[in-house]
Amino acid sequence: MTNIIEKAANVPSTGPLAEALAVRSKLMDLTQASYEAALLPSDEGQVPANVRAALACRMARICQQAGLTQHYAELLAGYGCEADPYQLAEPGNKPPASEKRLYAMVEYVDLVTQSPRDATKADIHALSEAGIKEDDIVRLAGLVAFVNYQLRVAAVLSVMGDAK
Amino acid sequence: MSRVIHKFTTRVPTWRPHITPIDFDNATPAQREALKETPSNTKISDYVLVLAHDPESLRIRTSLFNGIMYDKGGLSRDERELGAVAASVVNRCIYCAAVHAQRYNQIVGDEKVMQDIFLRGKEADLAPRIRAILKFAMRLSECPPNVAQSDIQSLREVGLDDQEILDLTLSTTLFGWANRLMHTLGEPVSNT
Repeated sequence: MTNIIEKAANVPSTGPLAEALAVRSKLMDLTQASYEAALLPSDEGQVPANVRAALACRMARICQQAGLTQHYAELLAGYGCEADPYQLAEPGNKPPASEKRLYAMVEYVDLVTQSPRDATKADIHALSEAGIKEDDIVRLAGLVAFVNYQLRVAAVLSVMGDAK
Repeated sequence: MSRVIHKFTTRVPTWRPHITPIDFDNATPAQREALKETPSNTKISDYVLVLAHDPESLRIRTSLFNGIMYDKGGLSRDERELGAVAASVVNRCIYCAAVHAQRYNQIVGDEKVMQDIFLRGKEADLAPRIRAILKFAMRLSECPPNVAQSDIQSLREVGLDDQEILDLTLSTTLFGWANRLMHTLGEPVSNT
């Protein structure tokens, strides 16, 4: 199984960090399986894979994680040139307000990536008001939460792997 | 009606969901499968029943959660809990902070460290190793995450090896994940 985090963080294949990761190989495999469940699920509900990739790329850019930004940009590109019509992979860009569901999803992604402490009941309400079903709210929340975990693990691994 | 809690505490509140928990009796086979293992092997909570709306993710997440917090070797159990608490303080997840502060207190048999962290955050008066762990975990939990060679070095100076730094990273970031679910999909309320 190709492990996205270790590849994105450019972890050396030998040395103390590689040994530490080998001790936790079960956890790194479960992390990879979580990546697949969040980005490439067999049941994507109303959150399509191309939208998931665009939002993940946006989060990677917000968190300034170069390796995963590149990974998600490539994943997104694989879905074709129409995969992200509003260029949501770029932080700051918003879909038109007429795209109610997508607009609400982007608002949630930005808030919960940048400032989860400020999230309230009203933010979940905004998602259901926009017509997003509870299953899909949980899917979206799971995607945002997982990617924020993955970005931070990659951030530490890339710094540790870089040490002279 | 029970009151929403906004202050850090080691008394574990009730978690009130904003999303309807799934009905176990009407759960799909995939949902039942995902509910077989629970975080910290506790009973099936409303939180887990909310996450069961996405059984594909939940099934893996629970094994990962238990492995990161309980697998043998590397960083001690109490220092993994410190990472969890640090993330929960930054993300202001009152519920996660309470549960894991309480676990920390049970392991070390002392309440002083957590009291000080909840009261004074980064300014808490702590032993050098605890202080370094807390500072690293809090900086990592910010957005964008702050982690440089100097942050890794500060952990090495208080004696953490690569394995312990990796384990601390996993428990801290796992709670960045958990906080983003727990603190957004529901809220902590008083137990009355």
